[in-house]
Amino acid sequence: MNSLKDYTDPSFSKLLYQRLFANKEALVGFLILTALLLLVLPLFLSPFRLGLAGRYLCYAFVAVGLVMCWGKAGILSLGQGMFFGAGGYCMAMFLKLEASDPESTAIQTTPGIPDFMDWNQVTELPWFWMPFKSFPLTVLLILVVPLVLAFVMSFFYFKGRVTGVVFAILTQSMVACLWYFIVGNQGYFGGINGITDLKTLNGWDIREDSSQRILYFICSLLLLACILLSRYILSSRLGRVLVAQRDMENRVRFSGYNITSFKVFVFCFAAVISSIGGALFTLQVGFMSPNLIGVVPSIDMVIFTAVGGRESLLGAVYGALAVSYAKTIFSEAYPNLWMFFYGGVFIAIVLFLPKGLAGLYQDNIKVWVKNWMRKPETDPESLKIKESEVNNVE
Amino acid sequence: MGDYTIQEIYSVVVMQSFSGLSLLCIFVLMGLGLYIIFGQMGVINMAHAEFLVMGSYTMCLFSKFISANFPWMMNYYIILAVPLSFAVAFGVGYLVEWLLISRLYKRALDTLLATWGLSLIFQQCFRSFIGAREISADLPDWLMGTWMPTDSIFIPVNGLVLLALTIAITVGLVLFMTKSRLGLRMRATTQNREMSNALGVNTKMTDRLTFALACGISGIAGAFFTTMASTSPTAGTNYIVDSFLVLVLGGLGSLLGLFISAAFLGILSSVLEFFMSGSLAKVWLYLIIFVVLMKFTRGLFSARIRT
Amino acid sequence: MSSNTDFILAIEDLTVSFDGFKAVDGLTLYINKGELRVIIGPNGAGKTTVLDLISGKTRATEGSIRFNNIELTKMKEHQIVRAGIGRKFQTPSIYGNLTVFENLELSYPYDRNVFGSLRFKRSQAVVEKIFEVAEEIFLEELLEKQAEFLSHGQKQWLEIGMLLVQDPELIMLDEPVAGMTAKERDATALLLKKIAKRRSVVIIEHDMGFVGKIADKVTVLHLGKIIKEGTMEAVQNDPTVKKVYLGH
Repeated sequence: MNSLKDYTDPSFSKLLYQRLFANKEALVGFLILTALLLLVLPLFLSPFRLGLAGRYLCYAFVAVGLVMCWGKAGILSLGQGMFFGAGGYCMAMFLKLEASDPESTAIQTTPGIPDFMDWNQVTELPWFWMPFKSFPLTVLLILVVPLVLAFVMSFFYFKGRVTGVVFAILTQSMVACLWYFIVGNQGYFGGINGITDLKTLNGWDIREDSSQRILYFICSLLLLACILLSRYILSSRLGRVLVAQRDMENRVRFSGYNITSFKVFVFCFAAVISSIGGALFTLQVGFMSPNLIGVVPSIDMVIFTAVGGRESLLGAVYGALAVSYAKTIFSEAYPNLWMFFYGGVFIAIVLFLPKGLAGLYQDNIKVWVKNWMRKPETDPESLKIKESEVNNVE
Repeated sequence: MGDYTIQEIYSVVVMQSFSGLSLLCIFVLMGLGLYIIFGQMGVINMAHAEFLVMGSYTMCLFSKFISANFPWMMNYYIILAVPLSFAVAFGVGYLVEWLLISRLYKRALDTLLATWGLSLIFQQCFRSFIGAREISADLPDWLMGTWMPTDSIFIPVNGLVLLALTIAITVGLVLFMTKSRLGLRMRATTQNREMSNALGVNTKMTDRLTFALACGISGIAGAFFTTMASTSPTAGTNYIVDSFLVLVLGGLGSLLGLFISAAFLGILSSVLEFFMSGSLAKVWLYLIIFVVLMKFTRGLFSARIRT
Repeated sequence: MSSNTDFILAIEDLTVSFDGFKAVDGLTLYINKGELRVIIGPNGAGKTTVLDLISGKTRATEGSIRFNNIELTKMKEHQIVRAGIGRKFQTPSIYGNLTVFENLELSYPYDRNVFGSLRFKRSQAVVEKIFEVAEEIFLEELLEKQAEFLSHGQKQWLEIGMLLVQDPELIMLDEPVAGMTAKERDATALLLKKIAKRRSVVIIEHDMGFVGKIADKVTVLHLGKIIKEGTMEAVQNDPTVKKVYLGH
């Protein structure tokens, strides 16, 4: 029997390290991703390609959020575009106001308001655009808007215990609703064309190669931070409860947990992460439009996660990169074949690779590497440790 | 509304409700299929709308074929086209169940993704093999006429036919489920799969036929869809989200709920569309549904069952 | 509403109907503090439904359930658990991919809200409590074992252990010895007697031999109604009970 001491948690700093990197593999995996994002890609990609990679990484934020709420907690959301869009639009509104100063919009009927408002006979800046005159307020809203939206849109349903399928359908309708809302409000949100011609952030030109490069690094660092934060949550008791309620909802409930609040929490968490991704996306592409956040892109975001491995945080990043890259390359060269292939990916993942690329690694590559590196003297004790390692890696 | 007479307002209300009624029929026909498939197999079929489009294309192409080769049949060909649309959708549904759906029972969230992929493939098939442009059927004149019960009320005949057809299919389906051998087997499988299997019901074949039947109904809906709008490869996507909402609002497992929520949505959406632009009407429609579902999270009609 | 009582659990006129079918019909049942009560009855008698009603899984149509004079019928499941009622399910429900230790830890009755659980640390008190319970449920050597690899009987014990970690005043067990070997049954009987010294226990059980070993008092349920209450001996010799079990 193990002693008491083996079980009690160590001091804070050691505990933090343990939680972020449960074992060597988790540490190495994280370092490889860090090196890839911060060294390999910037060194070997042309500015144009690096810019594309930066955009894909914005989707990776959403994918990480989906790992948390779909993979770990079992809540499939087909409406993450809603939150991606919340962040994206907040940022776009700030940038648009900055681009619409009275001098550059002097030819409009009403100078000083965004051009699309002028075209739609809006003569005064609406009240809900006011906060976006201030950058700190904008940043705050990028975090608060998705939080409030996610809370309102999930609390009552989780409280009323809607099933996973119903919630998935509801989230899809929600993102459709947001799409119609933006399209229907051309004068206030730019309608189907979106908010375009974004130029500077606090005077800093976001369109130049050098700024794109800096934005890429900001994006990568924030993504890595989000992954670590997610790991911290998953390794705490909170994370265990999330996974446990996915598999054994009643047992968790009858252990005295209020499952509703846990579900709402993880849904809001995923929403906020997605929103950060959306804001960074706007910064890197220079516009935001409803077609980037509608029903179809929202499902694309789910498939990024599924391809990467719905339970793997690192896999989600690779999934977002791989699928987006393939889409860019093939959908331009062979648009017809691409749709067949893409549709096939949905089916193949569900039928043959439910754990995605991460599962492929777990079940094949890792086993192969292990056999290759195996030392001749394998005592049962070390095997046991490996077994527990396998179960702990995410 | 001061400029309208009572008579005119009455006419608008009648015509607007009737256009809502046509929408209701599409919802009911789509919803019936989704309801049967989800109820029996726990499968969410996101490609269901593509079976509707399949029916539409069958109707369009068949009508072109008839008007080119047998123009004398133009007035009656619909009698052949509707069963043909059913057969095509039924056949494809049969294959899809066999190749894909049968591997995914009771994994509702997974079927959602897989069938979404399937719908992408179908859409691309339509685009590659039939063409990306919108096409419409050549319709006989009698179907495109209007019926005028009073001087100011115009009711399109195609809407009336659709209504009659929806009622006929619904009644037929209910009779089929309650009276026929296959219907009995379907209900038995829904109730208790293992037991039905043990009692010698071929549940696999029952599932396959059920799925194909649901797809076939949607094919018929598609055939009639062509009388109201043109068909394009992505025409189905407009209906799938709404049809699922109808199902959810109805309580995901209650036939009565399905009809009432289809009526609620159909009529509400045409009333809203009368007052505001199409997109904002949609926004309000969705918001109303979300709020209603916040209160009635299990849908409007759900039996109280022992869990 | 009736006045306060000394009973730990007072169920009065409890009724629940599903689409007109009354699964529990005007049930009145009192459990004393420290009592070990066994509920028996043929299939479909409404035994599990009674537990569902007490634990909040099913909502009552009529009647009241009071626990230490607190009305439970309007409370949520987790509130009922926090009030001091633990419940074990018919089929062992444990977290298969966690270890025995982690299973017990997850039931530890502090920091059960979102942010509390984010802060939760394995303090010495937590570990001591878990060790103590593990010993009681005969699993002290298996703390590191993944729960899905336990034997059926051990899983049942683990779930009982998860309740013990919660330290409830009233424990409700649905068929705790189903699927156990004879030896495991004897051990469980001892365990339950020991548990019952410090708290009240309600058990649903089919196995009459086992019931005879542990019960203070037996309640016989049939078609949602109580048909007999008394000692095991009295119940066994009752003609109505015999009739119900043997058929008409």
